[in-house]
Amino acid sequence: MSKPEFVYVTYIETTPEKLWEALTAGDFTERYWFGVRLRSDWKVGSSFEMVHGDGSVSDAGKVVEYDPPKRLAYTFVNLSETYRNDIPALATFDLEPHGKLVKLTLTHEGFAEGGKMLPAISQGWPAILSSLKSMLETGQPLEIPRAAIKPEG
Amino acid sequence: MDEVFKALADASRRSLLDRLHARNGQTLNELCEGLAMTRQAVTKHLAILEQANLVTTIRHGREKLHYLNPLPIHQIGERWIRKFERGKLAALGELKRQLEKRDE
Repeated sequence: MSKPEFVYVTYIETTPEKLWEALTAGDFTERYWFGVRLRSDWKVGSSFEMVHGDGSVSDAGKVVEYDPPKRLAYTFVNLSETYRNDIPALATFDLEPHGKLVKLTLTHEGFAEGGKMLPAISQGWPAILSSLKSMLETGQPLEIPRAAIKPEG
Repeated sequence: MDEVFKALADASRRSLLDRLHARNGQTLNELCEGLAMTRQAVTKHLAILEQANLVTTIRHGREKLHYLNPLPIHQIGERWIRKFERGKLAALGELKRQLEKRDE
């Protein structure tokens, strides 16, 4: 068993139910995730896709775990030529209530050796999770231009 | 946020973050290797970093692994860096990096 490449933790002033909806409902995700709608019927084994405003699908994978409002896991990989040497890596979200806060832990593991997903992901998640926190706490997502988080090189 | 600044206001703790930035997911033993700090001191610093949510740990088999959690630092950036400054700051950061690399 390889160890996770990333573990991100953020505390959000919300309820596990609201956070769960924000993580899974396309209407929510497009507000804080660079306009990306997540598309899936959320059954374990079903397909999982990231859909953009123009209808194109950038990333795809499968639902691995769906246990509301505690644990969500899915795999995905970018479908473009740049990432041809990558494989779908597993992202797991754990939600744990602590009083008025919910502790959200995201672990990401199973990247291809020498692939390009890893550096791209390490730039993406902090921005997405910060924006999610801001949206749930203030009603306003952070507007982060996509270009600002392009991975180096 | 006070806890984040307090945790960062110490060179030893920043060096521990640097080590995790270079290689994420290390055990206490791995983190102690080659450091001029006692194991006890490293443990104490890690507890302060964990309290500030700059370091997070997971159980992996029998091991406890330490990860750099960049979210509090990202959120500090979001607070003071304006939307349109971001591109310029990234360019300046890259310029500094390139120029300083040549001197090595």
